[in-house]
Amino acid sequence: MSACTRDEWMTVAAARLLANDSVCFVGIGLPSAACNLARLTHAPEIVLIYESGTIGTRPDVLPLSIGDGELAETAACVVPLPEIFSFYLQAGRVDVGFLGAAQIDRFGNLNSTVIGPYELPSTRLPGAGGAPEIALHARQVFVMARATPRSFVEQLDFRSSAGYLDGHGARARAGAPGGGPRAVITDFGMLAPHPGSEELQLVALFDGIGVEEARAAVGWPLKVADRLDTIAPPSTHELDTLRALNARTREAHARPVHIPL
Amino acid sequence: MSCQHLQLAEAIERFVHDGASVALEGFTHLIPFAAGHEIIRQRKRDLHLIRMTPDLVYDQLIGMGCARSLTFSWGGNPGVGSLHRLRDAVEHGWPHALELNEHSHAGMAAAFTAGASRLPFGVLRGYIGTDLPAHNPNIRRIACPFTGESLAAVPALNPDVTILHAQRADRAGNVAIDGIVGAAREAALAAKTLIVTVEEVVDALPPAMNGIVLPHWTVAAVVHCRGGAYPSYAQGHYARDNAFYQRWDTIARDRQRFLDWMDHHVLGTRDHRAFLASLQTEATA
Repeated sequence: MSACTRDEWMTVAAARLLANDSVCFVGIGLPSAACNLARLTHAPEIVLIYESGTIGTRPDVLPLSIGDGELAETAACVVPLPEIFSFYLQAGRVDVGFLGAAQIDRFGNLNSTVIGPYELPSTRLPGAGGAPEIALHARQVFVMARATPRSFVEQLDFRSSAGYLDGHGARARAGAPGGGPRAVITDFGMLAPHPGSEELQLVALFDGIGVEEARAAVGWPLKVADRLDTIAPPSTHELDTLRALNARTREAHARPVHIPL
Repeated sequence: MSCQHLQLAEAIERFVHDGASVALEGFTHLIPFAAGHEIIRQRKRDLHLIRMTPDLVYDQLIGMGCARSLTFSWGGNPGVGSLHRLRDAVEHGWPHALELNEHSHAGMAAAFTAGASRLPFGVLRGYIGTDLPAHNPNIRRIACPFTGESLAAVPALNPDVTILHAQRADRAGNVAIDGIVGAAREAALAAKTLIVTVEEVVDALPPAMNGIVLPHWTVAAVVHCRGGAYPSYAQGHYARDNAFYQRWDTIARDRQRFLDWMDHHVLGTRDHRAFLASLQTEATA
């Protein structure tokens, strides 16, 4: 394997979590890259759904937006947006929801709404979009986020979507149908909920990275699971596939669009 | 109401009044940019803007001072980052304060569906464990009358005017839409008045199959406007200009640069055709 970036490593690590028979509701950005890498490597039959209503899409390049034409042209079907959320997500027909976020707390709750108070935020973020119900209904949720003490925080500024709420079964008691965040993939390794407290703890590190780096990147006292795994570096095939995908994507997004006047 | 074929300026002048609630829908695809620009040219004010994903067209409307409030569920530049004019309005009240009515996508979809059905509210199993209901009094809980289950309820959205862009209309005013449709159908039928700009006007629409058709008596006005979704896209006609979406980040980041750009390309052009021509001049300069 040639040297890879942390983004590449986390994308590969996230892709490996996806099974060939999964139905996966995909968020834009890093999750979209991971899901398509899985499809192009070990999971060719995976069903990818984007919230724009494209089901079973097989884009040749990564979409910049959630609704690029490439997603519609390569989909098994395209349905209206209310159907995606009602008939597929809310009805329990999604195995995996794959999300990103600006902030995450120790119970896997996510913030993508504001930094600071809601009425007068220091940073107004895009908002929740599809995430509240993806987080609620998918049988399991994977989250991808680069870790810093500003993003992995003790206290969220706003809860845009539910992880395990305050832990210890609070999510299930609140009536959330889905299983909640089963894995958080970050740029040092992976966190997963403790089976009892539901607090996220360190379960795996990238090969060559120490526990101290993980602790320094997380804004709460990070616990370490009894068993700590090592995530193997990307294989040549994984890395070549991802880089080719990214190169095709960059080229496609820079292509000029001409409107005949 | 019978459908009329109008010029864009006339349709906006006649149907979009100051203070109106206006939904320019289209989920990434078929966003009615030309109509948004015409609203800016006519300096409409005090609008209640409704749209699931505000996108660049609402960044422009908000930055040009057209909006009083925004009902939305995700306000970013997809895949790029922030809508800087939306952020400036929320964080600093520039050019003036903006009231937010914030939902999730599923909540907005339920509200449009209820609106299209002329029901008072939409219902969903949603919002559990989020802070959104604490900041939006229009997200409430109701008990299912049959099972007692607690569900989320949102009031129906019935915009005064919904504006869509579509690939085709026929001479009677029937409108056909292909590709990603988002909540366009629901927003269209929820509206008191529906305006549709189209890439082409044809004698007969292609067989509908699973495409969406809005029948002529639901449409107030059809406007022939080629390229009317640019820099968004019209499947089968032109692609989304992802490079423009990336470029917008630097244009919108700075107030003066934004105003200069709008002055030059929108206020300084008489219609959408001239807008597109001015951008092509810029691209080749």
